[in-house]
Amino acid sequence: MVARVAASRRSFLGHNYNLVGVIAALVILAWTLIAIFAPYIIPHSIGDIVDDDYFGPMRQGLWLGSDYLGRDMLSRVLMGARYTVGISLAAVVIACFSGVVLGMIAAVTGGWLDTCLSRFLDAMNSIPSKLFGLVVVAAVGSSIPVLILTLAVIYTPGAYRFARALAVNINTMDFMTVARVRGESTIYLIGSEILPNIIRPVLADFGLRFVFIVLLLSGLSFLGLGLQPPLADWGALVRENIGGLPFAAPAVIVPSLAIASLTISVNLLIDNLPKKIRDRNA
Amino acid sequence: MTSGVLNLVLKRLAIALVTLLIVLFAVFFATSMLPGDTASILLGQAATPEAVAGLREAMHLNDPAILRFLLWLVGLLRGDLGTSYANNMPVAALIGGRLLNTMELAGITTLLSVPLALMLGITAAMLRGSVYDRTVTILSIGIISVPEFMVATLAVLLFAVYLRWLPALSSVNEAHSLTDLLRIYAMPVITLTFVISAQMIRMTRAAVIETLSTPYVEMALLKGASRSRMVLRHALPNALGPIVNAVALSLSYLVGGVIIVETIFNYPGIAKLMVDAVATRDLPLIQSCAMIFCLGYLLLITAADIVAIMSNPRLR
Repeated sequence: MVARVAASRRSFLGHNYNLVGVIAALVILAWTLIAIFAPYIIPHSIGDIVDDDYFGPMRQGLWLGSDYLGRDMLSRVLMGARYTVGISLAAVVIACFSGVVLGMIAAVTGGWLDTCLSRFLDAMNSIPSKLFGLVVVAAVGSSIPVLILTLAVIYTPGAYRFARALAVNINTMDFMTVARVRGESTIYLIGSEILPNIIRPVLADFGLRFVFIVLLLSGLSFLGLGLQPPLADWGALVRENIGGLPFAAPAVIVPSLAIASLTISVNLLIDNLPKKIRDRNA
Repeated sequence: MTSGVLNLVLKRLAIALVTLLIVLFAVFFATSMLPGDTASILLGQAATPEAVAGLREAMHLNDPAILRFLLWLVGLLRGDLGTSYANNMPVAALIGGRLLNTMELAGITTLLSVPLALMLGITAAMLRGSVYDRTVTILSIGIISVPEFMVATLAVLLFAVYLRWLPALSSVNEAHSLTDLLRIYAMPVITLTFVISAQMIRMTRAAVIETLSTPYVEMALLKGASRSRMVLRHALPNALGPIVNAVALSLSYLVGGVIIVETIFNYPGIAKLMVDAVATRDLPLIQSCAMIFCLGYLLLITAADIVAIMSNPRLR
C-alpha cells in the first residue's frame, strides 16, 4: 500500500505546475458549482421527453443531444453531477474522517488495539473494492445512503493505513513524549499534536481517495448496481445510453467525458500541488 | 541473516492466512444478509409452511450463523462448493469452465501488458523530463483517472465502430480458427492491457527514478559510465525488487478489471457468472465466486509483499 501511494504521488511536468494546477482547480470548482445549482440551471426537467428522435445529435436547444428515450442530455448530465459529486464527497468525508481518527488513535495508543485494528482493516483491504461493492449492494439493495456507507467502508482501511503510517512517525517525536509526560489525554494528543502535523498529506490523500470513490461509484452504476432509475449519476448515464455506442451518440460520450474531466482534474491538481503540501514528510 | 528473511516471509504468509479467514467470514456474512428467506424463494409462493420449514431444516438454515459458516468452511476444504440455488447444479461444475476462460483472459493480458509496461516505464524513467516521458506519463495518468468501462467504451468506439477491425462482443463458443480466436479475445484483452499497463508504467517509472537518484548511481555517472550502462548495470538490478512488487500489485487490479470487462463484452468468464448470480440472488454461487476473486487478489498482494521483503538488501 505504501508503495502504491508512493508511486501515485510522483510529480511530473517539472516547474510549470501552476497553469495545469489552476486549470484543474477551475474544472473542479465548476463541477462543484454545477452540483450545487443544477436544479436551477437545467433547461428541461430530467424526466421530460423533448426530442422526437432517440440518441439525437447535438443541436441548438439540445446542446448535448438526447438520450435513449429522447430526454435532454444536458439536463441529465448536469443533474448527474449532483449525484456523482455529492455521493462521492459524502463517502470520502466519512472514509477519511473515520480512517484518520482511527489511524491516529492506533498510532498513539499502540499495543493490542493497534494490532487488532491494523489486522482487521488490512483484511478489509484484501477484499477487492469492486467485489465488495457488488456483494453489499446485492445484499441490502441500492439506495443513496447504502451507496455512501458502502463506499465509505471500502475506503476507510486505506485512509487508516495512510494516516497511521504518518502518525507513527510523529509519535516518536520529542514533543509527543513531553505532552505525554504532561499527562495529556488521547483526544488532546491526536487533535492538537498529531493532526496539525499530518493534515497536509492527509488532505492530498483525501483528493486521491475521492477519485477512487468516483471511479468505483461510476463502475457500480455502470453495472446497474449504483443509483437506480429514474435517478442517474454519470456512470448510470453511460449504462443506459450504451446502446448509442455504435452510432457514437453524444449521450454515451458526454457522461464519460464528464467523469474523466473531474477525475483527471483532481489527479492533476494533487500532482501539481507544491511539494511542501504533497509530500508525506513535509 | 537468511533466517530473518525467512521469518518475515513466514510471518507474512501467516498474516495472509488470517486475512483469508477474515475475508471468508466477511463474504459469508455479506451474502447471508441477502434479503428474503432462501427456502421460501426456492419453493415459490405456493409452498406450504410445512414444506418451507422442512427445507429450512434440510438446508441447516435454522442453525446459528456461525455453525453454518463452519459447515461451509468444511465443505470448502473438501472441495464441495455447494449447490447453485438457481439451477440445482453443483457450483464447482458451473465455475470450472468459466474460471478457465477468465484465467485465459488474465493470462493473455499479463503476457501482453508486463513487457509493454516495463519497456515504457523504464524508458520513460531513463528519459525523464523529455517529451516522450511526458507523453507516457500523461497518457498513463489519463487511463488511471477514468473508469475501466470508459476505456472499454473508447476501445469499442475506436476498433469496432470507426476502424471496424474487431467485433464489439466476444463469445468463446464460436471460435473455429485462429483468426476467430484472436478477434474474440482482442477487445477484452486490449481494454484490460490498457488498464493494467497504466498502473504498471507509473509504478515502474517511479521505482527506476528512485534508484536513479541513489548515491551509487550518481557515482557511476561521475565515473563516466554511459547513460544506458548506468541504467542497465547499476540501477535496474537494484530496482528489480520494487518493479516485481509493482507488477504483482498492478496485476491485482485485474480482479476489478475483469468484472467490468467481462460484463461489457459479454465474455463468458467467472466475473460475468458472478454478476449474473447477483441478479438471481444465487447465494452459494456468489460466495464461491467472491471467494475465488478474494483468493486471487490476496495471492497477488501477498506475493508483492514477499518480493518486497526478499529484495530488501537490508534484510538479507
